[in-house]
Amino acid sequence: MAEKISLSDLNKTLAEMNVQSLEGLKIEGDVEIEIDAGAGGVGPLFAYYFGQEAAKIAMQLMNFAKAVGYPVENLLQPVAIAQAISPAPKDLAAAAAAVPAFRVASTLASAKFAVGVDKTWRNTIQEVTLGATKANGGSRGHVVKLGGEKAMPFFPDAAMPHAPKITMDVFDMPIGMAKAVKMHYEDVINSPGEWAKKAVKKFGADMVTVHLISTDPLLKDTSAQEAVKTVEEVLQAVDVPICIGGSGNPTKDPIVLSKAAEVAQGERVLIASANLNMDWEKIGKACVDNGHVCLAWTQLEINSQKELNRKLMKVAGVPRESIVMDPTTAALAYGLDFAYSNMERIRLGALKGDEELTFPMSSGTTNAWGVRESWMVRSPNKDDSDWGDRMLRGPIWEILTGYSLAMAGVDIFMMMHPTAVAYVHEITQSLMGRIEAKTPDTAAWLKMGV
Amino acid sequence: MKETSPLNLYKQLPQTNCKKCGEETCMAYAAGLISRTRKVEECTPLVDEKKYAKKLETLRSIVAPELKMVYIGVGEKQVKVGGEDVMFRHQMTFFNKPPFAYDVADNMDEAKLVERVKKISTWRKFYIGKWQNVEMIAVRSVSDDPAKFAACVKTVMANSDFPLILCSFNPAVLKAGLEVAAKAKPLIYAANKDNWKEVAQLAFDYKVPVTLSVPFDLDGLKSMAVTFAGMGLTDLILDPGTAPNGKLLQQTLLNFINLRRAAVEEAQRDIAYPVMVLPINAWLTTEDPVRASYWESVLTAAFVIRGGAIMIKHSLEAHSMMPDMHLRFNIYTDPRTPVQVKPGIYKVGKPGPESPVFLTTNFALTYYTVESDIASNGIDAYIIAINTDGIGVQASVAGGQLSPTKILDSFNEAAFKWEDQKYPAMVLPGMAAKFSGELEDLFAGKTKIMVGPEDSGRIIGWMKDFWPPKN
Repeated sequence: MAEKISLSDLNKTLAEMNVQSLEGLKIEGDVEIEIDAGAGGVGPLFAYYFGQEAAKIAMQLMNFAKAVGYPVENLLQPVAIAQAISPAPKDLAAAAAAVPAFRVASTLASAKFAVGVDKTWRNTIQEVTLGATKANGGSRGHVVKLGGEKAMPFFPDAAMPHAPKITMDVFDMPIGMAKAVKMHYEDVINSPGEWAKKAVKKFGADMVTVHLISTDPLLKDTSAQEAVKTVEEVLQAVDVPICIGGSGNPTKDPIVLSKAAEVAQGERVLIASANLNMDWEKIGKACVDNGHVCLAWTQLEINSQKELNRKLMKVAGVPRESIVMDPTTAALAYGLDFAYSNMERIRLGALKGDEELTFPMSSGTTNAWGVRESWMVRSPNKDDSDWGDRMLRGPIWEILTGYSLAMAGVDIFMMMHPTAVAYVHEITQSLMGRIEAKTPDTAAWLKMGV
Repeated sequence: MKETSPLNLYKQLPQTNCKKCGEETCMAYAAGLISRTRKVEECTPLVDEKKYAKKLETLRSIVAPELKMVYIGVGEKQVKVGGEDVMFRHQMTFFNKPPFAYDVADNMDEAKLVERVKKISTWRKFYIGKWQNVEMIAVRSVSDDPAKFAACVKTVMANSDFPLILCSFNPAVLKAGLEVAAKAKPLIYAANKDNWKEVAQLAFDYKVPVTLSVPFDLDGLKSMAVTFAGMGLTDLILDPGTAPNGKLLQQTLLNFINLRRAAVEEAQRDIAYPVMVLPINAWLTTEDPVRASYWESVLTAAFVIRGGAIMIKHSLEAHSMMPDMHLRFNIYTDPRTPVQVKPGIYKVGKPGPESPVFLTTNFALTYYTVESDIASNGIDAYIIAINTDGIGVQASVAGGQLSPTKILDSFNEAAFKWEDQKYPAMVLPGMAAKFSGELEDLFAGKTKIMVGPEDSGRIIGWMKDFWPPKN
């Protein structure tokens, strides 16, 4: 076979019912194919092309022969044809067998895609309400609901009943902040009330967290009595539900937070937080006595989280609907992998039936600003590529830290940068299908400008 | 691999305990196969001896990843795409981080093209003892002109050895690109409902992996995958569509989750191919480059976490590349291996009697950060990594894993000779400053206790002000 046979030639020939002879290929009575393989130059390469061509020819012949009633099944296998060649050099047959026949399909198969849901997810995450309106003995303009999920976040198994919420940080004294953050708060840094207003009115915070850090004995050591005045100021300034944080000092926090719980009685605030290394019972009881929600904080360890939740419920008597967990946020590049998997395990464990873990989760997303990549002007490593503009690097660091953990199951984020707040809001709402937008032609990227 | 019992793999091994693989027993090796820390090829008798041929075949089919692994490129820069076995990283680990392919276009003028290719190829960032880099380049045909595309591919290949994605829906353009690049085994993008016959022929003729693009129609996508597999083309990448906004964005995520679930939880082999993401589509939604790059990062994060196996991206700004690279690194870190370094004394540069001793913990991130901050500034120093069970400085100071007595014990264990030092002094991390008083007592004048900066990035400045010690 010196030349390849084109299919169009073959078709033409077949159409003209003149199929007795094709160059070097003879078709006889009962549709047999004979090829003179004895000619010189027949090697594996020939066999390879032969395999393809024979397949095409065989298809055409089959269609044709079928129409006229010939038995054609044997012709479907080009490899079989190659082996049937007489005489059949061994290497030719072997090569033909080794090279898979290739033939472009004539039509697309018609397949249906179907997939099930995860049947091991049996539990519902506890729904927790933050804030109390007048009708419920508080003074908040509205409440915020967390939890209620029956599946992993944004999964197809079950819709999330509530979108993730954001509470923005307010401090009771000026603190050091990254430049990109500070520029947004310089005008309110000495007034927690104004700060809270700005967070709600200008930056769209769902809630605010007032951190009573001045109570730290190493800072101002403000007394609990004095510090809680800031809580009253913030409650007056805004009507969103609030969260109250301490300084992180394990000795002082139980005293400060208990006092704050009394001052905010009836407002159903989130008290942040109770921890195994402090008098968690005092904090838990203060929540129960004043109708608040307790944030249970542990450090990246699922069993400690179970232990603390259990103790808060069984010993301090905190009801299930008054617990939120903070399993610790290690930020992007500073151990996010630990925080992410810890939270994902907690949420999956809860859905699969662990009643000690079925609570909404909170993330201290502001931790992103502790990562050097978020605030340093340039890399300390001289061999790194340029780090670019830190004013742009910082906010995206906070966005990705928060948003990644939203995927792991976080219900409420404590955040600082207004741009980061806006993006986390937008992407979580988008993934719940709540944002209408005209989607561009998704193939247009191929031709867009650079 | 669905198999979880080493015993069932052991049945397919020679069971001779020949130790050639380095394990003491075939059973230990079988356990290694289960955790995917060992490969089938490492059992040389099984591969070499004909009598094991059937066992080898069976074993290979058992250990094959649930989600097919596709190779793109050749040689050292070759990337593995897909090959995953789990839905959530802590269930075992994610294996092959999705390669990031940054785009160039065939209508760029030569100088700009070369500049962009070089920027892509040379970008790097040091993190936890490793350089992070880009893996691939995607060449887009904006011109739709085969000759222009071929010339562009040639220029890219002359300036970079990264594996390529050749991007066009025009088979003639793809063919022109393949004529130049086929030997480097690029991925072609893409076959769609209009051109799939021609593109299938190209994938076969040039022996390259191919992307199937059927946006927002999983039935159609599966139909095409089945059709291609039927033709013997199984090096497939799926593009189920990446919508950058609106309700279709939600649908995009649901599609990715469903495809991953079908592959790894339901063993639906006819759809179990790696999935492509197009974060670049963020650029179709806005004229504002900051907004576009931020949104591109958000899309990247979503699909790094939920099943994206390969990505085409656009923004080369540091504020895009740094967070995206770190997120991918974090999500694809093997959670089974603690990220720790061995506790003890390390030398950076050529430390001698006049060098300081910096103290840190054995959390790998912390250690390598300190090490790189010292090394890249040309400082000769010792570092002592204290065993805090792999916890960083701040957390271990708070949690008690780092304490003055622990520090004393660590120096004793390492048998560090203070008497050889001209300025015997240890430099505490700023975050452990509160230990200095107690350490003065514990070391009883054998060494000076100095307090370093809170961030090791500032060690260089600290050295200028405080080293050598004044008294």
